[in-house]
Amino acid sequence: MTGRLRFMRSFSGAVGVTIVVFVVAVAIFGRYVAPYDPNVPVTVPLAPPSSHYWLGTDFLGRDVFSRLLYGGRSVITLAALATGLGYLIGMSVGLIAGFSRSRIDPVLMRSVDVMLAFPPLLFLLVLISGAGTGVEVLVIGVAVIQAPGISRIVRTATLEVSVRGYVEAAIARGERSYAVIVREVLPNIMAPVLVDSGLRFTYSILIIASVNFLGLGLQPPASDWALMISDNRQYIAIQAWAVLAPAAMIALLTIGINLTGDAIARSLGRSYVPKTARSAVI
Amino acid sequence: MSDAPAPVVQVVGLSLGLTTGDPVVEDVSFTVGAGQILGLVGESGSGKTTTALALLGYTRRGVELRGGSVSISGQPILGQGISNLRNLRGKVVSYVPQDPGGALNPSLRVGDAVMDVLRAHRAGAASLESVKASLERVELGADPRLPRRYPHQLSGGQQQRVTIAMACVCDPPVAVLDEPTTGLDVITQDRILAELARLRDDDGMAMVYVSHDLAVVAKMADRIVVMYAGRVVESGPADEVIERPRHPYTRALVSAIPDFRRPRALRGIPGVSVGVGEWPSGCAFVPRCRHAIGRCSESLPELSAATPDHSVRCIRWQELASDGAEPGDGRAAATAVEAEDEALLQVDHLEVEYRNGRRRNTVVHDVSFAIESGRCVALVGESGSGKTTIGRCLAGLHPPSGGRIVFDGSELAAFARNRPLAARRRIQIVFQNPFESLNPRHKVSSSIERPLRVLRGLSQGDSRTEVGELLDRAKLPRRVGDRFPIELSGGERQRVAIARALAAKPDLLICDEVTSALDVSVQAAVLELLSELQRDLRLSMLFITHNLGVVACVADSVLVMDRGSLRESGSVAQVLNAPADEYTRRLLSAAPCLPDGAYS
Amino acid sequence: MGRRLLGAAVSLLVASVLIFIGTSVLPGNAASVVLGRGATPAAVQKLEQQMHLNKPLTTQYTNWLGGFVHGDLGDSSIGLAQGQKHAPVWALISDPVKNSLILALITALFMIPLSLGLGALAAVYAGRPADHAISIMSLAAIALPEFVIGSLLVGVFFVWLDVLPPVAIIPPGQSPLSDPTKLILPVATLLLASLAAGIRMVRAGMVETLQAEYVMAARLNGLSERWVLWRYAMRNALAPSVQVLAQNLQWLIGGIIITETVFAYPGLGSLLVTAVGNRDLGVVQSVAMLIAVVYVMLNLVADLIVLLLVPKLREPA
Repeated sequence: MTGRLRFMRSFSGAVGVTIVVFVVAVAIFGRYVAPYDPNVPVTVPLAPPSSHYWLGTDFLGRDVFSRLLYGGRSVITLAALATGLGYLIGMSVGLIAGFSRSRIDPVLMRSVDVMLAFPPLLFLLVLISGAGTGVEVLVIGVAVIQAPGISRIVRTATLEVSVRGYVEAAIARGERSYAVIVREVLPNIMAPVLVDSGLRFTYSILIIASVNFLGLGLQPPASDWALMISDNRQYIAIQAWAVLAPAAMIALLTIGINLTGDAIARSLGRSYVPKTARSAVI
Repeated sequence: MSDAPAPVVQVVGLSLGLTTGDPVVEDVSFTVGAGQILGLVGESGSGKTTTALALLGYTRRGVELRGGSVSISGQPILGQGISNLRNLRGKVVSYVPQDPGGALNPSLRVGDAVMDVLRAHRAGAASLESVKASLERVELGADPRLPRRYPHQLSGGQQQRVTIAMACVCDPPVAVLDEPTTGLDVITQDRILAELARLRDDDGMAMVYVSHDLAVVAKMADRIVVMYAGRVVESGPADEVIERPRHPYTRALVSAIPDFRRPRALRGIPGVSVGVGEWPSGCAFVPRCRHAIGRCSESLPELSAATPDHSVRCIRWQELASDGAEPGDGRAAATAVEAEDEALLQVDHLEVEYRNGRRRNTVVHDVSFAIESGRCVALVGESGSGKTTIGRCLAGLHPPSGGRIVFDGSELAAFARNRPLAARRRIQIVFQNPFESLNPRHKVSSSIERPLRVLRGLSQGDSRTEVGELLDRAKLPRRVGDRFPIELSGGERQRVAIARALAAKPDLLICDEVTSALDVSVQAAVLELLSELQRDLRLSMLFITHNLGVVACVADSVLVMDRGSLRESGSVAQVLNAPADEYTRRLLSAAPCLPDGAYS
Repeated sequence: MGRRLLGAAVSLLVASVLIFIGTSVLPGNAASVVLGRGATPAAVQKLEQQMHLNKPLTTQYTNWLGGFVHGDLGDSSIGLAQGQKHAPVWALISDPVKNSLILALITALFMIPLSLGLGALAAVYAGRPADHAISIMSLAAIALPEFVIGSLLVGVFFVWLDVLPPVAIIPPGQSPLSDPTKLILPVATLLLASLAAGIRMVRAGMVETLQAEYVMAARLNGLSERWVLWRYAMRNALAPSVQVLAQNLQWLIGGIIITETVFAYPGLGSLLVTAVGNRDLGVVQSVAMLIAVVYVMLNLVADLIVLLLVPKLREPA
């Protein structure tokens, strides 16, 4: 195994990666093997599991198993987009702030502090109350929630790296800031910056799923694990699978990512500071 | 020295190893008499700190005791249960840590910290009076409010005095001091050393003084034990070890110490010391030893007695004893480079300030000097004197707030990026920390190539060839070019950084504390290289350092800085032998140096 | 301290601007959104007037913020749209505020001592098998969103064991404490979601302190282990732990919003979610601002405690 994949050797790393690969595969390819159309009622509502409908039917009589196979792609895609956008914003701001060390830095960091002093979910809810529900609102909102934390980490790493000899030597050679950042700074801050990317991704999944659950994100009849939970919650006493199956999928996904992130951090020799999905954002 | 008093510390056959298997310290034995100071000397990785902690029955995580015994005042230390040990620590043998800032509890007033030690061992005597008395013993009695202070409110020297007070408050017969002055500036170090000498003389306290600095140990110790790769290679009375060292390593170490009283060409020890887990089967010093013969690697040499009191672990010590001094010197001739009148660099009334919010902090005030072509000027000062800032201004890394810098007739812009290509090429800088000075993501060849491409516009092919030549110049094997910095030692990295600076074909080389992070033996080799380059390439050099010995070995003239101002300047001989300024005089008298009879 | 107070005030001011912009400037006329598509122009105009939407934005903002500072939280837009002359937000939220506070306080009452105690315990026995087990398990628990935890708990304790009610509906005017069984699952959900993170972070802070040089120096001075643990390790680990706890309490706010919805608990969180869904901007603005105030206050209190614990921070730099 190459050095980069060393973390796989640990138990939690191997288990974590296996789980993540499984859930992501289900989310992406599951729809091609789904037995039924997820949006069309196939039999009576709230039917118990049977040989035809492995996980029974939901409150409208749709096949829970098919909806489960369809329901992962949206949340994973949206979370990936939001996290990516968050990194784009956060890294630009952090690099500029950390490298310039000029008057921009305190201004940028002060605003980051203020952003961090605002509850993330509340921010998203306020945004939705004004802009309405929508996929783009969700992605932009979560990216804006993620960006300040990322920029703070990037800035700290950049500040640390940019006083090192090789960066100063490049500056003294009169190289352009862009060249210095790309050649000398970026490669040396990637490790600390990306260590918690898995946890940030988990957090994006977590908050997007939560908003979907609250009925303020994706709207019915979309197949989505969180929506499935909120739709069928009332009937949990009659048909528990319609709630528990999607709950288990979300649980598996987030647990898998966390185990993997933990293993990676350990393999990099960092004392695993308890970057939990939630604390990763702060 | 009088006859050796009865030993209070007796270490016999002490061995420690990593829990994973590799030995760290092997078969170390020594004794310390009452009221004596034993200097335990070695470079990084020699096992000296592990040995020192074992005297308190303490091993760091991952280290375990393998054998041997330690007894202090007749009490066995090793093999004691933790509660017995707790009673002995602080009362029979106490400890003074290397970094007092980190070793004092930040949320405890220093008086309470001293009191805690008293409470642990002499609950009856735990009173404010005894705390005050113990602080008076280390000359901290002047300020009655001092016991109420927190550690962060004290200076580094005061903090170290507090830890010494804690180590003495229960009057233990023995104290173990682990590099107690390493982080302090020279003048403070001198006062702490005087304090320790007084504690030994007045109170008869025996000490084990662990240090990498042979000059400090020579000043303090009655006996010296030299360790290399976990073993004792030489031990004997201090003056004997310093004046007539028997082991090739000790000889090389003494010869590698730059001494401002006796400037001479330094001889570094090639290579680096072996780390834990790399010990060879024979003598561990063989790879670096100039006198090594085939027999040396066959088996581990025994410690043999050169005199009843002086033992050495070398099979050839008798042949070498008649060998006389290591060849050296020639510095006097090298200094005689004729001075040119042309000033390559002229600094006029330089002012620099750092801004912290709205507060301005002047770090350099009205500094003027010149560097003539082909000369080496040393810039000397303690930390915070502003010497590094001046170097950064010259390199275009920090803007001055006043004054001008004229290089070869034209005034330089504040920032490097605003300077013409020629000026950027002709001024190069080498930084202090070798571990941060090379980009860990680039191969060595790529780091050296960069200035060739950017500053000299060479093609890829041409720069490839020149990288090889530059590595030769820096006395590095060419295969180093394909390595990443992480595979290199500190000394090698610093050579790469020098090669990178030379790649630009500079006229002025700024060396910012380039050797302060290196072991003494490696420092000497790097200094040797720099002197040679300066001579061969007719480089002008600004050599920034806090070490007066280094100044004497490399520089032609010297500038002494204190708190941002220039205190004195002149030729090395004049400033070091007949200082005119009061501060320079204090600096010189405090600087540790070898005794007159030292081996050379 | 003055700087911190000023910082808190600035944070709140920025929060108020964010909330106001988030709710007001984005597309669509708020009045017609509230009334729905079929509304007559006259009705829209009337509501606009009641909601002060006809005034300039800055005036709307200063009126709203000025009112908020003086305890006037404004009117519910939905209430106005339904033809009420006044629909004060205060009346709507007074019960939910009480209910949410009760839920939060009970959770905090368990969370603070549990995470401090278990975290410290794990740190002192760091590296032992039990510590590893706790680490892996807490890692798993941390990763789960509250609504999944809540659903799984309902699955176990209602569907399977049938010992606890699946919802926590409290009739208006009744105290949630009158039937504490209703509170068990919501509190358990919040605890599971926040406790693991707390334990892990307290443990990390403690482990770091235990490795500090002053702890080693204290041992080398022969101080007793209990003395070393309490006076040297714990005392210095407390400050970072306080910050961890404050953070955890802040997450609790987000958790409460979701947990209340899961269990249909009539608190501020479920009220906010309903208001966002109905686009009742008056309620959203004021509730969001209230939550922001609590959030910033928690920060401030934590800073104050840390200031008292760490002597170095007590004096100006």
